[in-house]
Amino acid sequence: MGARTIIPFGPQHPVLPEPIHLDLVLEDEKVVEAIPSIGFIHRGLERLAEKKDIHEMAYVSERICGICSFTHGMGYCTAIEAVMKIDVPERGHYLRMIWSEMSRIHSHLLWAGLLADGFGFENLFMQSWRLRERILDLIEETTGGRVIFGSCKIGGSRRDIADDVMARLLKELASLEKDCHAITDTFMEDSTVAKRTRGVGVIAPDDAIALGAVGPMLRASGVASDSRSLGYALYPELSFAPIVEKDGDCWARTAVRVREIYQSFDLIRQCAAKMKPGPVDVKVSGNPSGEYWARLEQPRGEVIYYVKGNGTKNLERYRVRTPTFANVPPLVHMLKNIDLADVPVIVLTIDPCISCTER
Amino acid sequence: MMIENQPLETVEPAKIAEYAAAKRAGGWRLVQISCTSLADAFELTYSFDKDYALQNARVIQPREGAPLPSITASYLAGFTYENELQDLFGVRLSGLALDFKGQFYRLRAKTPMSEPHVTTKPAAKPAANPTPGN
Repeated sequence: MGARTIIPFGPQHPVLPEPIHLDLVLEDEKVVEAIPSIGFIHRGLERLAEKKDIHEMAYVSERICGICSFTHGMGYCTAIEAVMKIDVPERGHYLRMIWSEMSRIHSHLLWAGLLADGFGFENLFMQSWRLRERILDLIEETTGGRVIFGSCKIGGSRRDIADDVMARLLKELASLEKDCHAITDTFMEDSTVAKRTRGVGVIAPDDAIALGAVGPMLRASGVASDSRSLGYALYPELSFAPIVEKDGDCWARTAVRVREIYQSFDLIRQCAAKMKPGPVDVKVSGNPSGEYWARLEQPRGEVIYYVKGNGTKNLERYRVRTPTFANVPPLVHMLKNIDLADVPVIVLTIDPCISCTER
Repeated sequence: MMIENQPLETVEPAKIAEYAAAKRAGGWRLVQISCTSLADAFELTYSFDKDYALQNARVIQPREGAPLPSITASYLAGFTYENELQDLFGVRLSGLALDFKGQFYRLRAKTPMSEPHVTTKPAAKPAANPTPGN
């Protein structure tokens, strides 16, 4: 055994947009152990449920994250609606699924840019984010917001999408889908990308399950698990199957997200084709009494919303288990016996969202 | 409207590691561990998933008494949740495979979620000698 050195990685680091800390224990250039710690920006939002009523908490939930904000709001509302046995109108569900899939496209394009930046492909980073701007424009046109949509509420949707806007949305999405091939083909076919991602940070299917991996992390190791298959909202009405890769390396995780971008385009088209005119929400009265664990598929994987109501306007407990939190043990596992130079790429391929984790 | 069937069973604190070992052997995935601070105990819920079916185990861990056995021997992934229980709630655990000893969450305030939630706190006792006329 050679001499060991500890390299502190984060909380401030060029490849980390948000703060997580890893103590990397090295023997020469090999990482032999990674020790994580979090809490640098912990906000205590779960306890805000004591001060904000159940309707205000929908706004708080969206603010857990600036990337998957909509699905946070949707997860919270889904949990409350299950406790209160509220039937959201069909059109309300379709609108939620459209915004949810638009969020996935925006999140995966943002992640693609960060990964490209992480391995030094600056042009690919800029092109990924240029395309992301176009999906943000569409989100703004349909919700009024680019980061916080404010469109999900207990009982349905706060906004509708008019027919002419929907037609324009589908046209622009078709154009964006075509243009996305320019970057995704590079991610999938470029030899320099493959050199940095193929065979790097491999996690076997059994390890991924045992270590609690979720989302693209899990599916890239050959496990077909996607919370959309649970049947929340109206996903059972759509033609959908989890996207799976088998190699379990950084390249496979990239491939899952690339393919999910196109799957989301398809799901939006399916929603638009199935949507019928009608109400988008129902009136909600009373307070929740009971508990429920809502499970949704965010861009980074399964999110859990636990709510426990006691008949008052404030929840007795509001708890969020985010996908990044679940993906920390697999990350620690992947960082063993790898070169120091590969650490940034491996960290980025879990698509870490520390703001979510520090709810 | 889709509502998942979410069975909830009660498990004695001393038996939770054994319960988790049986779940692991049965091919269940650890989904999460959550905690609610009650006045004199911690209400913990361990969630497991198999083929999209969720199973919850509820443990009421008294604030005083024997430490709660860790499940990390069966589910190593439980180290994040159990260190969270220690750091945020002050739940005492034994047998943690990766024990950060309060340093997993780098917080200024120690165990900030240990106090019972406002809605679960017992009602305040009336004053012993209320002032006449007030």
